[in-house]
Amino acid sequence: MTVAAATFDLIVIGAGIVGAACADAASAEGMRVAMIEPGPIGGGATAAAMGHLVAMDDDPAELALARYSLRLWESFADLKEAEFSRCGTLWVARNDHELAAASQRIARLAAAGIDARPLDAAALYEREPALVPGLAGGMLVPREAVVYPPRVAQNLVQRAQSRGARLYARRAQALQRHGVRLDDDTLLSGPVLVATGCALPALLPALPMRARKGHLVITDRYPGFIRHQLLELGYADSAHGDADSSVAFNVQPRPTGQILIGSSREFSANDADVSPAMVQRMLERSFAFVPGLRNLQALRVWTGFRPTTPDGRPYLGAVPGALDQWVAAGHEGLGVTTALGSAKLMVDLIQGREPAIDPAPYAPSRMAA
Amino acid sequence: MRDHYDVLVIGAGPAGLAAAQTAASHGARVGLLDAQPRPGGQVWRHDVQHPLPRDARNAVDDLHGVDWLARHSVVATESSSLRVETPQGSRLLSYGALVIATGARELLLPFPGWTLPGVTGAGGLQALAKQGWPVAGRRVVIAGSGPLLLAAADTLRKHGAQVVGIYEQANAGNVRSFAAQLRHWPARAWQAAGLRLRLAGIPYRFGSFVRKAHGDDCVQRVDIDTPHGVQTVACDLLAVGYGLVPNTELAALLGCALDHSDIHPRVQVDALLRTSVANVYAAGESCGIAGLAVARIEGALAGHRAAGHVDAARALLAPRDRERRFGALLARHFALDSRLHKLADDLTLVCRCEDVRMGELTGFTDARAAKLATRCGMGACQGRICGTALAELGRFPRSGSRPPIFPARLATLAGLSPLSSDDAQRGS
Repeated sequence: MTVAAATFDLIVIGAGIVGAACADAASAEGMRVAMIEPGPIGGGATAAAMGHLVAMDDDPAELALARYSLRLWESFADLKEAEFSRCGTLWVARNDHELAAASQRIARLAAAGIDARPLDAAALYEREPALVPGLAGGMLVPREAVVYPPRVAQNLVQRAQSRGARLYARRAQALQRHGVRLDDDTLLSGPVLVATGCALPALLPALPMRARKGHLVITDRYPGFIRHQLLELGYADSAHGDADSSVAFNVQPRPTGQILIGSSREFSANDADVSPAMVQRMLERSFAFVPGLRNLQALRVWTGFRPTTPDGRPYLGAVPGALDQWVAAGHEGLGVTTALGSAKLMVDLIQGREPAIDPAPYAPSRMAA
Repeated sequence: MRDHYDVLVIGAGPAGLAAAQTAASHGARVGLLDAQPRPGGQVWRHDVQHPLPRDARNAVDDLHGVDWLARHSVVATESSSLRVETPQGSRLLSYGALVIATGARELLLPFPGWTLPGVTGAGGLQALAKQGWPVAGRRVVIAGSGPLLLAAADTLRKHGAQVVGIYEQANAGNVRSFAAQLRHWPARAWQAAGLRLRLAGIPYRFGSFVRKAHGDDCVQRVDIDTPHGVQTVACDLLAVGYGLVPNTELAALLGCALDHSDIHPRVQVDALLRTSVANVYAAGESCGIAGLAVARIEGALAGHRAAGHVDAARALLAPRDRERRFGALLARHFALDSRLHKLADDLTLVCRCEDVRMGELTGFTDARAAKLATRCGMGACQGRICGTALAELGRFPRSGSRPPIFPARLATLAGLSPLSSDDAQRGS
């Protein structure tokens, strides 16, 4: 039986933080939007994200996207559901060498308009007395914040719905000429934007995507135990290195008083099971910087998968060789930070406008060599 | 300290004790661990004032040839070993065979006022009294469902509480028919008769349940829905329990298949108590609620089986099956009244760890979606209470829990010792 397809201006597949932001941005422009999500809103990588809004400066393109996004995040600062907490990011230097390298990062961030300051050892311990003695200092990025990503995703979806967007709690079975077929054979007609993260290859097998597993541990409530989002300055080596597995010191105070502990990265782990060995490595790394963590009570350990492209940049743009197919996926560990900017950029491209930042570095066509 | 056991038994209630003793009788090296300082589990919990009945005392005291691992709680599972937290630190215990005897917990259902101080579970208040919490002279209302209410009343009365009434939600016809069936289990009939005698003079009302608890700083009176209308009863303590649900968290973490044919999952086992995971057995309430007698027989059965004595295990099948039928009888006659589903209103707290009210869950049909959006079930108990209650109320099944099984020190998860207080001082 053939049923007349419902027609939309944009069909967003996937309601993680990126898909939800795209649906929100498109509906805000008056587009008729459909959203397709079979699972909970923000239930994939979004639910395993730390929600740290952070500018990473080691790739100029990534920094441009982060800066653009961070400004957009300011409009969520007063939204209760976002649990927006401007705790600032404190990057910790173990030695003078790392501290010296931080000054280059401060300069790069300053050039992008992001306030970052060096801290000497005394200033570091004044701000974070729980840090292990003997550190050299650090770098403070005071305006950065943390949010609770699943509820932001839900809020974005609700905002889109309030403007008339329709949510289909189904799985997208296949992309078709000018539309998509759902797993109950419903046909939706219109331009399609695929934002399915790690699941991208199911719909767009030509765009390479790997799942990079991570572990998270959350503790009971210890208000004031730490005050800033804490990272080691060596973090980028773990985050952007290509080692099969790595860990980095990445510890966050939640507004609830809980401590959220990351981060681990594994390429060849395909199951979602908690790996005791990785948890051990990750925790030992955090104890090396904050020894008092040892005695806190852990409530839960869980895992998630970061959608990772070969060059570490997301795919944002037209699907190569297709008509009216778009993709926004592959944000790895920066999906929450860059979701809002990615969405604006996508809607500009789809509407035929020039985006506020150069879209070339993210063009999916870079993979069609 | 050697940390490998031929047979490792988790939980030192009646099932675990029987499993450990039986396996040890075959010469196996046996470890029996429990989070509590003394063996006995819930039903044989040590009472600071009153000695246990003789056969219970014998079972609890007879740990000959068994390594008794007190105050050990299982935190996480690794391959053929368990990560365990002790007061001193953390241990990794490996095993040839594992017996899960994790028992059951009380089913608590939310109603307006259930979070007031002075309101507890029925088994919960019984355990508190045994541990020496003062109940003497206090007026106690006991409510909920099942034989546990009578056992709780008995303990509380022995500790000097004034039990003002026992309110059973099952109707009089069901309870009478249950009592009549007890003749097939003479020991139980005898036990029940003894209980009724000791509780003579305490009103035992059927078809009755607590609708609401009132009080300023603590519970002062309760509204009870009876077949003859709503009745208000003054009290100092309210103990409400709606029966038991199997503890399956450890089994789930080990990857054992669970049987989801009832509202609350139980560990799936074959006739000889093998789970779906090799060398892992389960016994007693974790395989479905059926009471003390089943727990003891199944414990012994699993002990034989885990020690490799299949014939001895098989010999216990007939008595086990007979006692398991008691579980079915229990479930049938004390099935919960659907009116209990409607007790909580929008303002009633459902998740006590994270302060989530019932009204916030409107529209959710999936536990994980509700958790991500409202934090319901995200707290220290990981939905043991609220998730189980919401499943019972027909909202949605409880979502799977994650390690650790109970909150544990980060040092334990890292396989390390906790930091000495000196080091902790220097670090902070």
